[in-house]
Amino acid sequence: MHSIPGRRLIMGLFLIFLMLPIYWLVNMSFKTNGEIVSTMTLWPHTPTLQHYKRIFTDESWYSGYINSLEYVVLNTIISISVALPAAYAFSRYRFLGDKHLFFWLLSNRMAPAAVYALPFFNLYSAIGLFDTPWAVALAHCIFNVPLAVWILEGFVSGVPREIDETAFLDGYSFPRFFVRILVPLIASGIGVAAFFCFMFSWVELLLARTLTSVQAKPIAAIMTRTVSAAGMDWGLLAAAGVLTIIPGALVIWFVRNYIARGFALGRV
Amino acid sequence: MDKTINQKAWFLVLPVFLVVAFSAVLPLMTVVNYSMQDTFGNNQFFWNGVGWFKELLDPSTDLGGRFLASLGRNLFFSLVILAIEVPLGIVVALSMPRQGWTVAACLVTLALPLLIPWNVVGTIWQIFGRPDIGLLGYTLNAMGLDYNYVANAVDAWVTVIVMDVWHWTSLVALLCYAGLKSIPEAYYQAAQIDGASRWAVFKAIQLPKMNRVLLIAVLLRFMDSFMIYTEPFVVTGGGPGNSTTFVSIELVKIALGQFDLGKAAALSLVYNLIILIVCWIFYTVMTNAGVERKAQTAKKPAAEPKPAGALQPAPALKPKEGVA
Repeated sequence: MHSIPGRRLIMGLFLIFLMLPIYWLVNMSFKTNGEIVSTMTLWPHTPTLQHYKRIFTDESWYSGYINSLEYVVLNTIISISVALPAAYAFSRYRFLGDKHLFFWLLSNRMAPAAVYALPFFNLYSAIGLFDTPWAVALAHCIFNVPLAVWILEGFVSGVPREIDETAFLDGYSFPRFFVRILVPLIASGIGVAAFFCFMFSWVELLLARTLTSVQAKPIAAIMTRTVSAAGMDWGLLAAAGVLTIIPGALVIWFVRNYIARGFALGRV
Repeated sequence: MDKTINQKAWFLVLPVFLVVAFSAVLPLMTVVNYSMQDTFGNNQFFWNGVGWFKELLDPSTDLGGRFLASLGRNLFFSLVILAIEVPLGIVVALSMPRQGWTVAACLVTLALPLLIPWNVVGTIWQIFGRPDIGLLGYTLNAMGLDYNYVANAVDAWVTVIVMDVWHWTSLVALLCYAGLKSIPEAYYQAAQIDGASRWAVFKAIQLPKMNRVLLIAVLLRFMDSFMIYTEPFVVTGGGPGNSTTFVSIELVKIALGQFDLGKAAALSLVYNLIILIVCWIFYTVMTNAGVERKAQTAKKPAAEPKPAGALQPAPALKPKEGVA
C-alpha cells in the first residue's frame, strides 16, 4: 500500500546510476595506464595491483591517509566532547540568549568554507599551528560542532526528564549523572553524531588544503600530484580515489540503522 | 516539554561558545577589516571605506560584473538542482524495500556517495565523463552525440548537474525515508479501509508526514549547492570560459589566486549575508513548525474523535475475520 508501482525497477535503476561511476573508478584502478589510454575495456584485461602497491609503499602517499585520519579523529573527539554538555543545556534549560546562540551556531554550519579559507590561513599561521593536524581539526569545528550540538540535542530531548530528577534525588552529582547515566542512555546518538563529524571532516578539502603544506597534507590534496610531465597517471589517481571511499563505506555499516535519523538531525 | 530557566546552563554551553567563537568570530573580524582596505602587497594597507562594496554591487565594474554573473549562475544551478533532486529523492524514498536485508543494503549504497571526499567526487566524474577514457563520455560519443565537457558550456553544465544529482539525491531520499518510517501502520490500514487510492495516500498521509524533513532537505540542499566549490572546480575548473564559475570559485580565485584581499573580503561578507538571511528563514520556519507540532499534541485529546472515526471500521471488521 505505501509503496509505489515499479518500485523495484526504480530502486534498481537508481542504484545502478549511483554505482556506475564508482564501478568505473574501481575498474580503472586495476588497469595499467597503457590499457586505460589505448582501449575501452569494461573490465581490466591485464589486471594489476601496481597502483595500490605504489600507494602503500611510497611514504609521501600513505602518509596522506594518516594525516587525514589524524585530523578527522581529533576533530571528532573535540566536537563531541564540547557539544555534549551544550546539547544537554539546550535541551533542558532556558537561559539568557539561548535562542540567539543556537541560531548563531547554526549559521556557522551554513557559512561557506571559501569565506574562511584566507582568514584561517592568517589565524593559524599567527598562532603557529599552520601545517599541523590541530589547525585542520580546529578549523573543521566551525561546521562540525554546531552539527553535533544539533544532533545530540535531538537525542537528549528523547530522554525523559524524570530520569534526571530521579538521579539527582538519589544524590548523584551533576558530572557523575552525566557520565554514568546520560551518556550511556544516548550512546547511539553519540555514535551518530561522531559519524557525521567524521564524515564532514573527511569529505572537506578546501580548508584542509589551505591550512597544510607539507607535514599534515591530506590525501585528497596529495591526489592532485598525479599530473606530471609524463601526463596524467590515471591508474594511480583512480586507486587513490578508491582508497578514500573505503573508510566511509566502513563507518557507514556501523550506523546504517540510525543513518536516516541522523540525516534528519535527530528531528524526525 | 517545559524548560526550566537556569542561567548556570551557560557554563555548559561555554566550551562550544569558545571553540566556535575562536574559529568564527576572529576570522570574521579579519574579513571585516580587510573589506575596508586596499593592498598593493608588502603588507601595506590603505583605507578604502565602502568602496569595494559599491563596486561589488555595480554590474558595470569588473568586480561587480563577475560577482553578479557568478551569483546568477549559482542561483540558477541551485534551482535546477532542487527541481531535480527533491522529486527524485521522494520517488526513491517511496521505492525503498519494506523489510529484510535489502533495506540495509539499499541504505548503505544510497549513503555511499555522501561519504566520498568532495574532490574525489569531482575526480570520479572527471574520469567518467571524459570522451577518451570515460565510460559516459565514450558511450555518448559512440552514440553520435558530440559530448565534451571541457570545450562545450552546455555539456559542462549537464555534467556538473548530473554529478550533483548523483552526489546528493541520496540525502533527500534518506531524509524522506526517515519521515516515511515515522508514519504508524494504523494510518495505512485506515486508508485501505476507506478505499483510498495510492495518490490519495501519498497526498493525505505521506506528504504531510514528510513536510518537516522535506523542509530540512530543501534548505540544506539549497545552502550547500549555494556554497558549492570543490566538485565543479575539479571537473571543469569553472570553465569553459567562466560558464561554470560559481560564487565560491570566484571568491577563491580573487582571494587566493590574485590575493586581492579587500575585494575578496567584501565579496565574502555579502555572500555570507545572503546565506545568513536564508539560514534565518530556515531557522524561523523550523522553530515555528516545532511550536505548531507542540500545539497540535497539546490539542490532541480534543481532536481525537476524528482519527478515531477514520479508524472505527477496523475493530468492526474483527468479528468478520473471526468468522472467516
